Amino acid sequence: MKCEDLLRALNDYVDGDIDPAVCEAFAGHLADCNPCQVVVDNIRQTITLYREQGAAIEVPIRFRDSLRQELRRRWCEKFPPPAAP
Amino acid sequence: MTRDTDPSAAPAPEAPPGSDLALLRAARAGDLPAFEELVARYQRRVLGLSRRILGSQHDAEDVTQQTFLSVLEHLDGFREESSVATWVLRIAANHALKALRKRRNQPTVPLDTADGNGDSYAAMPHPEFIARWRDGPEQLAHRAEIRRLLDAALEEIDQKYRLVFVLRDVEGLSTRETADTLGLSEANVKVRLLRARLMLRERLTRALGDEATRMFPSHDHH
Repeated sequence: MKCEDLLRALNDYVDGDIDPAVCEAFAGHLADCNPCQVVVDNIRQTITLYREQGAAIEVPIRFRDSLRQELRRRWCEKFPPPAAP
Repeated sequence: MTRDTDPSAAPAPEAPPGSDLALLRAARAGDLPAFEELVARYQRRVLGLSRRILGSQHDAEDVTQQTFLSVLEHLDGFREESSVATWVLRIAANHALKALRKRRNQPTVPLDTADGNGDSYAAMPHPEFIARWRDGPEQLAHRAEIRRLLDAALEEIDQKYRLVFVLRDVEGLSTRETADTLGLSEANVKVRLLRARLMLRERLTRALGDEATRMFPSHDHH
């Protein structure tokens, strides 16, 4: 496998969705090619960083409150409370 | 979003108490606290997904509200064929796409720009700046300047790649689910995802890479 071929198989390798024969060739190439090794590490770090950062997003209290109010208003339309006797 | 109401169908298996599915079923039966718990579980993810797609907090909040209003409206339409998470995120993605269309004022043009341009492995960008990062993602994730860097890098790449990356890599939708949401083939999703990953890697490594470890592609291998 050459660097060019590695690029094509990169997603499947990173996602763990790779054909075993291709995986073996991929791993063999990585063992012998530092730049490709670093690129694969960088890709994994990029994905992890975006995921970690996603987990750190906060919902502003102001928005949370207004969302709850709007949903409750709509909820009452969908599930009207029983009429008083 | 119609629900299968065949009376001869086998009863749905019981959902574990407190699970998303249990909450959704309770909400369907008119349990407001269950519905609000479901909203509380997903509002951060929906807001994050919308913000990454739209690049605007204000628009993302609008989309988040529309998403949960749709969830409420279509509680009966959830057919339990996917996870609740996937269902909610797909509704959010569709609202974000509508908002993008509205912004472009092109209501009939598909947003994913499924024109196929650049969707081949032949046109794939090659890594140029190759270096090990100075810190690991776990150390970097909670720093404010890193958040700005990630947002900026995402905004720099073409929307059609950004959408695939956000749905697939950040929100964890499968290739099939991402393809269905965006109206693409699975093959297109895979190519766009690779391109997005390579472009983001390049941008982040230029900012976060340790120059002392920089290396160059081994041309012998090409």
